[in-house]
Amino acid sequence: MLILGIETSCDETAAAVVRSGREILSDVVASQIAVHSPYGGVVPELASRKHVEAILPVIREALDRAGCCAGDLDAVAVTQGPGLVGALLVGLSAAKGLAYALDKPLLAVNHLEGHMEAAFLDKERPEEPFICLVVSGGHTSLYLVTPDGSSRCVGSTRDDAAGEAYDKVAKLLGLGYPGGVIIDRLARRGNPAAFDFPRSRLEKGSLDFSFSGIKTAVAYFVKRYGPPVPEGKGETPYRLEDLAASFQEAVVDVLVEKTLEAAERYRVRHVATAGGVAANSRLRERLEEECAYRRLQLHVPSIRHCTDNAVMIAAAAYRLWLREGFTPDPLDLDAVSRML
Amino acid sequence: MKELTITTDCPEASRTLGRAIGERLRAGDVVALWGELGAGKTFLTGGIAQGLGVPEEIPVTSPTFTIINEYEGRVRLYHLDLYRIGDVDELETLPWREALFGSGAAVVEWPERLGGYLPDERVDIHIEIRDVTARSFRLVFGTKSLEERFGDLDKTL
Repeated sequence: MLILGIETSCDETAAAVVRSGREILSDVVASQIAVHSPYGGVVPELASRKHVEAILPVIREALDRAGCCAGDLDAVAVTQGPGLVGALLVGLSAAKGLAYALDKPLLAVNHLEGHMEAAFLDKERPEEPFICLVVSGGHTSLYLVTPDGSSRCVGSTRDDAAGEAYDKVAKLLGLGYPGGVIIDRLARRGNPAAFDFPRSRLEKGSLDFSFSGIKTAVAYFVKRYGPPVPEGKGETPYRLEDLAASFQEAVVDVLVEKTLEAAERYRVRHVATAGGVAANSRLRERLEEECAYRRLQLHVPSIRHCTDNAVMIAAAAYRLWLREGFTPDPLDLDAVSRML
Repeated sequence: MKELTITTDCPEASRTLGRAIGERLRAGDVVALWGELGAGKTFLTGGIAQGLGVPEEIPVTSPTFTIINEYEGRVRLYHLDLYRIGDVDELETLPWREALFGSGAAVVEWPERLGGYLPDERVDIHIEIRDVTARSFRLVFGTKSLEERFGDLDKTL
C-alpha cells in the first residue's frame, strides 16, 4: 500500500511517500520559517501564497526521491484540519486534483492524529490504550488512544497553546522566531529555580491546561525589570538564561504533571508525545525521568518528525484505511480550521 | 465622546466586567481590545462570551493560531486575533468581513492591524497592566447609542 501524504496546515509545505504506514520512501519539507521570521510568527495569507508556490515542486520531489511515479501510488492522503483554512486548502486542492486525475482514492487525515503517529514511525506501536500529549504552537491536548484505534481528547488548553506561550514570551524578550528553539537553547545555561513563575493546574482533577497566566507573569516581569539590554548597550538586571530556564521549567512542570495524571487515571502503561514542542529538550528529559520512575514506557518521535511533516500524514492515513476504508466522496472534502 | 475607566484587582473581577459587557452586546457590535501581550484580552473575551450566553464549558481559547474563532451564544460571537497579521491584505483568505460586518458581534484583538477597515462605530477597550493580577480598562464609545448602552457599566459591577 503506497501512500503519498500531503501536509499544508501551517507553515510547512510537505509531501512524503510511505509504504504501509512504516517504510519511509521519501520525506520532503519546505519550511517557511525564514519567511515568517521577521513577523515573529506565521502570517496566514503569506503562508497560503508560499504553499501555492511550493506544493507542486514538493510533491514532485517526494515522488522522485521515492523513485516512483504518480501512477504507482495506491492512494493520496492529505491533512484536512485543524489549521489555517487558506493554507489547508492548498494541500487539499492539490490532493483532490491528483487523486481525481490518477483515479486513486483520497484519504482525509486529522492533523493531530497525524502527529500521534510520529512517535511510532521507527518503532513498534504499543498496544492501546495509551496517552499521547500533542503539544505545539497551535495545540496542547492530551489524547487517550483506545484499542479500536480511535482517540479521545481528555484534556486541552483553555487559553494559549504551550508553543504559543513560547513564541509570545520570545517576542516579549525580543528573541525572534521560532521562540521555542531559542528559549530551549538559552534555558540549558540557566537556573530553572531563579524565578518562581506560576504553574496553572486549574481545579483538582482537571486534565486541561492554561498557559496564559505564565505569559502574563513574564510580561509583568519584563515591565518591571525591563527587556533584555542588547550587548554593549548596558546591563540587563537579570540573567536572560535564568529567565528562559525558569519560564521553561514552569511550562514543562505542568505538561509533565498532567500527562502523568492522565496515564494514572486511565491506567495505561505507555505514554507518547508529539508536536513541535515535543522536540523541547527539557520536556523530553523530564518525561524520560518521570516515566522511568513510574515504569511507564515513553515513546517520543525523532526531532525531525516532531514538527509538521507529511510522513505522519501518510502513516495516519494507512491506519485510517485499515480502520475505516477509504473516505467516501473525497471531492466534497472541505478544509476545517478547528476540529473537536 | 464619553470615556469610562474601570479598575479591577483580580482576574475574577475582570471576568465579571467581561460578562457585563457581553450581556449588553447586540448583533453588529464591534469591540476592539487594545493592550500589550499578557494584558488579558483573551481572558476578558472569555467573560464577554459568557455574558453572551456561550456555555461555560466551552473555553474561549487564544485565536492567535486560527485568527478567527466563532462561538454560538444569544448572538454569534466572532473572536478575532490579528497578532500575526501585518496588514489587512494578509487577511484575504479569512472571512473577516463577515466577522466584522455580519450578523454577529465581534471582539477584535490587535485591532491596529485592521487600519482603516476598523469601523468607527465601535467600543474601544484599552487594557493596562497595573500589577500581576490588577488591570485598568478604559472604555471609549464611538457612538452616542453605544455610550448610552454601556456608559453606566461601572454602576452595575
